[in-house]
Amino acid sequence: MKIKTLFFGITTDLIGASQLDIDINEKTSIKDFKEVLKKVYSQLENIDSYAIAVNEEYATDATVLNERDVVAVIPPVSGG
Amino acid sequence: MQRTSIKITSEKLNLQECYSFVEDDSCGGISVFVGTVRNDTQGKEVKQLDFSTYKPMAIKEMQKIANLALEKFDIKKIAIHHAEGMLQIRDVPVIITVSSKHRKAAFEACEFAIDTLKQTVPIWKKEYFSDGEVWVNAHP
Repeated sequence: MKIKTLFFGITTDLIGASQLDIDINEKTSIKDFKEVLKKVYSQLENIDSYAIAVNEEYATDATVLNERDVVAVIPPVSGG
Repeated sequence: MQRTSIKITSEKLNLQECYSFVEDDSCGGISVFVGTVRNDTQGKEVKQLDFSTYKPMAIKEMQKIANLALEKFDIKKIAIHHAEGMLQIRDVPVIITVSSKHRKAAFEACEFAIDTLKQTVPIWKKEYFSDGEVWVNAHP
């Protein structure tokens, strides 16, 4: 299934897009999703860490993705 | 009675609006934090800052901080407003105001709110120097 994925901050520059549909298997966890990201977009290795949000809430590695979820790649924040 | 005011805007933040929102007859004090754009980072001259946001999630996270502040501290009202877009030196990216019966709670809640915002709210700034630009915090 395809998962709508949003990129923010430095990841937008690294990926060269602010939004992509990423192909994953059913019942993919966030942990596995990060592995897919790492494989397809090796340039993400240029940042030390990032969080993942699903449907506008921070997700844990154990969170399982469902069709129509919206994923966001959240590099270290720097508001304020 | 609305006890929280949360906003992200590309317009200039309005200090009076944040102040007026938290005013309350029962309060003995209002604490105000105003973030301002500084002209240097580690000795390097900053020209301007560009703030980008994941707006719907950032609003949610700011609301969580305000709600948590109301739970944790004995305060009456809290406003958290953040700017987005390009800001110049001295411009104001964030304003937090808190009212409380006694001053200590207002000071503590204000500090809690800005500290937490900097850790959890999906907002990013890019610093522009005369010779390039850098995403802040991207390489801790």
